[in-house]
Amino acid sequence: MGKILVEDKSIAVPGEILAEGMDFLPAGGVFRENDKIIASQIGIVNIDNRLVKLIPLNGRYNPKRGDMVIGDVVNITFNGWVIDIGCTNFAVLPVRDATSDFIDKGEDLSRYYGFKDIVVAKISNVSKTNMIDLTMKGPGLMKIKGGMLIDATPSRVPRIIGKQGSMISLLKERTGCKIIVGQNGKVWIKGESFESEKKAVDAIKMINNLAHTTGLTDKISEFLGGSENVQKEG
Amino acid sequence: MYKRKDRRLDEPREMDAKVGIIKRADGSAMFKMGNTIALAAVYGPRNLYPKFMQNPEKGILRVNYNMFSFSVSERIRPGPSRRSKEISLVSENALLSCLNLEEFPNSVIDVYIEILQADAGTRCAGICAASMALADAGIPMRDLVSAVSVGKVGDAIVVDLDKSEEDYEEGSTDMPVAMMPRNGKISLLQMDGNMSKEDIKKALDLARNTCNKIYELQKKTLKEKYMGEVENE
Amino acid sequence: MNNISKEYLLSLLQKGLRLDGRKLDEYREVELELNVSKNAEGSARVKLGNTEVIVGVKLEVGTPFPDMPDEGSIIVNAELLPLSNPDFESGPPNSQSIELARVVDRGIRESKALDFKKLCIVEGEKVWLVLIDIYSINDEGNLQDAASLAAMAALIQAKIPKYDGNKVDYNEHSEKLPLVRKPVECTVIKIGENFIVDPIKEEEVFIDSRLTVAVIEDGNICAMQKGGEKALSIEDVEKMIEIAIEKTKELRKKL
Repeated sequence: MGKILVEDKSIAVPGEILAEGMDFLPAGGVFRENDKIIASQIGIVNIDNRLVKLIPLNGRYNPKRGDMVIGDVVNITFNGWVIDIGCTNFAVLPVRDATSDFIDKGEDLSRYYGFKDIVVAKISNVSKTNMIDLTMKGPGLMKIKGGMLIDATPSRVPRIIGKQGSMISLLKERTGCKIIVGQNGKVWIKGESFESEKKAVDAIKMINNLAHTTGLTDKISEFLGGSENVQKEG
Repeated sequence: MYKRKDRRLDEPREMDAKVGIIKRADGSAMFKMGNTIALAAVYGPRNLYPKFMQNPEKGILRVNYNMFSFSVSERIRPGPSRRSKEISLVSENALLSCLNLEEFPNSVIDVYIEILQADAGTRCAGICAASMALADAGIPMRDLVSAVSVGKVGDAIVVDLDKSEEDYEEGSTDMPVAMMPRNGKISLLQMDGNMSKEDIKKALDLARNTCNKIYELQKKTLKEKYMGEVENE
Repeated sequence: MNNISKEYLLSLLQKGLRLDGRKLDEYREVELELNVSKNAEGSARVKLGNTEVIVGVKLEVGTPFPDMPDEGSIIVNAELLPLSNPDFESGPPNSQSIELARVVDRGIRESKALDFKKLCIVEGEKVWLVLIDIYSINDEGNLQDAASLAAMAALIQAKIPKYDGNKVDYNEHSEKLPLVRKPVECTVIKIGENFIVDPIKEEEVFIDSRLTVAVIEDGNICAMQKGGEKALSIEDVEKMIEIAIEKTKELRKKL
């Protein structure tokens, strides 16, 4: 009975009416007002049968349980660490979720993660008031050393990773760098040389700015040129 | 009947807008109405300090309106004035109506409006820029906000008064109006002068029409910035 | 937006590399736009890469200082707007903005760039005061050099409003300001044992010391300001002056 008022995959701005009629269901990035579904951010309209949603093109990271994120330690308290993952609130890594090692009461916590250390962690819980809990227990979660940390727009992360990891594999292969992409938009890059790291950084900035272009993979492939001599990690 | 030299009575001045001009900000925009140029930048949502000001139920919007000292003919001493504080407050209310602050407990959204060049209508240009900057920052909004001044110059009802019209010797009434385009609801309304209620009604209708045009420009500018990142091959 | 350590930065600098690929003594792209604010007597916008500063010049009639009754003067003010940097707070000028303004002031004043005597209207009673207001629009490092270049450009562009003895008519302007010299400032940074110019935000965090040098056309220095926590040797200072003289030649071409 209702009507879709915009094209699928078009850009909408806040306040734009996307669909009319109670048949349609608002998913993310939109809200309902009476019988209308309205965009609440700038984003790409995504219509899937009766689900109307918007993929935001900007905005802060919205923390979700289960997401893998990268952040840096900004404070150490007596029962854990405070980590900046780029949200309005800092996240907390409690002692009991920090490592599979046993940590004694009263131990110096900075032995494990010190001020300004960078960690790859998982969000274990997000409370109603957006308090975020992290855990470091799990595969792939660890402290990282060296390298560069850059900020990409959280909504572009899927593009940086690519379908089944195709884009990130391309980046790793052509630059020879280790790359970890957090769902919060933080990307860690470590390469053999500054030049290879810079190449990866520039490529990721390109993807960030052209995320919704078609033919992006070709563009990035062209930019990256041939592969670096990759030293396989043991 | 008062006549304008270079446009119709119901015609606003030439407008221009840009988005994303201040890279360090989370969102930013420029809005130009004739010779009035406003810049706006948004930072947030971010942690609010001092902590005792934090509200666990909802966030805070802080708008700071300021004019460059050389934006007008007679230099303004830098720093806040009573006028700029009042305009900050009404601009804040104008923008609040399109935000859901319950989504940002304990945090603050800071909006800075700077007037680079002034030829009347500065608070309206500021609000137009600020609402685009909020969208550019990815802050969830119920609608954009458009604003323009309407009023009476001599005996004519006009839209978008410039400074010479505000100062018109034979009398002028200035009425800044901010509106959310989708439902036409007014979020800023001020007036000084002398107008009958019938004239006010006419002026408000004129404001609505013009705000719709402004909205089209705001929408187009926002889409174009992100379109540049969404070309179709 | 990088989480760079000082050690990493030093290792790059030692190889002659900067984080954004520039050479140690290379400025970012310099953009200069004049007359960006039409109610000012003169105005300019300078961009050093993404760092952006706008400066406006206004003229007012004022009373001269008692010890210089036949001279006008300049008053320089800088506003580090919270719009330009998430760490800047609203409020009256803090020491950073005061230092920035005073260093720009000294560059112009000590070089005698403006012939103050020509700004005299009635000796002992009325002189032109040149008010230079600096606003930061986007801070990605090196606001100092951007501000001083924009101030100079605004002064070059500025015209004196008409004054009938009673009131200033800002709608009518006559001749340009009596500018006889064009000082240009260059801030040289020392990090470890390396000297760089035009730091980006990520580099500014690690500054050990800095020296802002104002240079006039004949290669003489008219003002200097050392900043930063670490001390400089005489050789350091000489080297930094050399760099500044070189770099200001290039910057001056933009005016």
